[in-house]
Amino acid sequence: MNHTILRMKEIEKAFNGITVLDKVNFEVKTGEVHALMGGNGAGKSTLMKILTGVYQLDEGSIEIDGEYQQFSNPSDAEKVGVSMIFQEFSLIPKLTVAQNIYLHYEPRKAFGMINDKKMVSDSRKIIADMGISISPNDLVENISLGYWQMTEIAKALSKNTKILIMDEPTSTLTKSETKTLFSIIRRLKESGITIIYISHRMDEIFEVCDRITVLRNGTNVITASCADITMEALINNIVGGSMGQSLKWIERPIKENRKPILEVKHLQSGSRVKDVSFTLYEGEILGMAGLMGSGRSETVRAVFGVDAISGGEVHVRGSKKLIFSPKEAIQEGLGLVPEDRRSQGLVLEHSVKENTILPSLGALSRRQIIQNSQADEKVEALVKKLKVKTDDIHKTVSLLSGGNQQKLVLAKWLLNDTDILILDEPTSGVDIGAKAEIVEIIREIADSGKAVLVVSSEMTELLAMSDRILIMKDGEITSSIDRKEIKGEEEVERAIQVEK
Amino acid sequence: MPSKLKNSLSLFDWRQYIVYIAFVLVLIYFSITLAEEGFMTTGNILNIARQTAMISIMGVAMTFVIASKEIDLSVGSIAALSAITTALTMQQGLGMITAIIVGLATGLAVGFVNGYLVTKVAIPSFLVTLAMMMIARGVAMWLSGTAPVPILSENYIFLFGSGSVLGVPILLFWTLLIAIIGYIVMRKSVFGRQTLATGGNETAATFSGINTNRIKMTVFMASGMMAGLAGMLYAGRLQAGRFTFGEGDELSVIAAVILGGTSLFGGVGTVVGTVIGSVMIGTINNALILQGLDVSQQMVVQGAIIILAVAFGSKKRKS
Repeated sequence: MNHTILRMKEIEKAFNGITVLDKVNFEVKTGEVHALMGGNGAGKSTLMKILTGVYQLDEGSIEIDGEYQQFSNPSDAEKVGVSMIFQEFSLIPKLTVAQNIYLHYEPRKAFGMINDKKMVSDSRKIIADMGISISPNDLVENISLGYWQMTEIAKALSKNTKILIMDEPTSTLTKSETKTLFSIIRRLKESGITIIYISHRMDEIFEVCDRITVLRNGTNVITASCADITMEALINNIVGGSMGQSLKWIERPIKENRKPILEVKHLQSGSRVKDVSFTLYEGEILGMAGLMGSGRSETVRAVFGVDAISGGEVHVRGSKKLIFSPKEAIQEGLGLVPEDRRSQGLVLEHSVKENTILPSLGALSRRQIIQNSQADEKVEALVKKLKVKTDDIHKTVSLLSGGNQQKLVLAKWLLNDTDILILDEPTSGVDIGAKAEIVEIIREIADSGKAVLVVSSEMTELLAMSDRILIMKDGEITSSIDRKEIKGEEEVERAIQVEK
Repeated sequence: MPSKLKNSLSLFDWRQYIVYIAFVLVLIYFSITLAEEGFMTTGNILNIARQTAMISIMGVAMTFVIASKEIDLSVGSIAALSAITTALTMQQGLGMITAIIVGLATGLAVGFVNGYLVTKVAIPSFLVTLAMMMIARGVAMWLSGTAPVPILSENYIFLFGSGSVLGVPILLFWTLLIAIIGYIVMRKSVFGRQTLATGGNETAATFSGINTNRIKMTVFMASGMMAGLAGMLYAGRLQAGRFTFGEGDELSVIAAVILGGTSLFGGVGTVVGTVIGSVMIGTINNALILQGLDVSQQMVVQGAIIILAVAFGSKKRKS
């Protein structure tokens, strides 16, 4: 049982000269469930992408079962038994469970015809071994999301997997589905399969894992047995000294008798937003923290009129508003910087100017004709103010970097003079330099009297700018903490982890 | 500065102007090879303008439809239906003005139904307008009893098709009028920008406060109305309403739009390109007739040109 199945030694990897992994060591024993933890940008996913052959390492070595391996693509890794289950499913809804399990590996019979019988019976066997009850002949689109995950696992098992990597496997699961998943994990473990488990959820890790490795800023921090480490110690290791220099908290003065501008009362929407209440004041930066799947994005989508509200009220400037579309939300003075700037925030094929003026066309036009010189002037000024790196406002935004694109999504709402700015993961996929600049811009916006609500998974930036932080868990706001009372990242981490 | 020059040269995307380049080459080629047949005479050029007017007018509206990432296959049939309703109204003695209103309203109404089914019932526009292509032509046949409905009003015939002012055919004025309006709306107006944003990224457009369903509704209604106008021009030119008007026009119109540089993937649209595309197709057809080729050969050449132009003009999509 103490045989080491995987040994990754002194792994180094850099992208465009920026070091992402610096001499990382990672060892996993046969038949264990090994948790891999770390904050955003710690290097977990890069390390796993190297292990699965998606990226190639710059320096270092990978040993599996004592043999050195070199993976130049994902199928090389699959051949020696390494499979990964991603957060986004790769199933085809219109095919059956069995057809999905054996996609690209269909058992054949004479003349290259697919052997359907064998495919179904083999699938049935794998599913039975996992101890779950789905039929291999069900269409994937007809089974619940939880079983999609199980189908993904079955797919991995069909390929004689020895090492199975799971990336945030419970983020889309309900409580009972999570239980089923854990019992599958235990069965797999008994049958000798090794599991690498990536998650931010501490309680789950303590429940299902044997050992833990923590990465921070691309280096090893600790590898320990779960029995030997407390949650406090683990959080300390993940957070470390990362209350970094570039993103320090600057206390902002809170005005006396400031007015509430946005009040959300017992909001319900979809299955993720169950009972959300909070108040946002003028000039305030309100942070919203929570785990993936806790309903943060869904809350802001409902407030902004993207998703339908099924219960509760939204009050703007003291009076109740019925908001059924983003258009109506914008008329009330709201603006949303959405989670995914490429698919929701920008028209990539259009220019910097064309994107920036989109919400403000009404104000920039006279008798429906756009006043181009006035628009150019305003966009030029904003581009300068936000330090967007582009040689021309008529340049296509797809040619700009992530950080500059994100600044443009912000610019849209600055041009529109929005009173209530909602930001959903404003710095995701943005380099550290641009990140600090964006935090600075957000502070300036709030200083000018506007209200800002920030949803973020990056504790460092949340702590750097928020005046107050809301903790969201399973579709409800569980607490609201003044920034002044927060001593460190650990406290917030604990708050978003702990059961109600 | 040489580096700046190089930069602006690489920014110059010749593909965007492929239709203009091709059009000039086609003109030069035929004016040399067909000099004796009278290709470049004023009479022949005005003839081309007359022949392409209806395609150009429908193309201007179709540019908006395609730029918003939709399609309208019903335009040819709407043209026939509007021609019939206009002619029937005049036959009933209700006067020219009423007839004009009825003709335009017919197109607008069919466009409204198209838009409603696409935005509210959420059926893809390809299917909605494919079905509407059959329905509208069926109604046109039914109303007319498959017989031509003659138009006797000389004013109508003059205004809608056969007239000319100072030797310039009235159809050319119609084409220019619609093209100029289309150009201004596409390039300068709020609506044009919102149409392009809707086609370029509907989610981002919605998140920016654009009512994308309203945009789509409007482009379908505009497309229906312009198809109605085209049908009325056919009727004026041939002095009767016929249910056969505009058969196959939807394909010529879409070809002209795509040839002009509007993207089938939405988000990019050029009205001037569409008109040039339409005139280019008309010019080639005209030249092939002068050269003595028959209709079957014209069709082959027309198809080949569309493939060539789109192949040269399309940038390889990034994977």
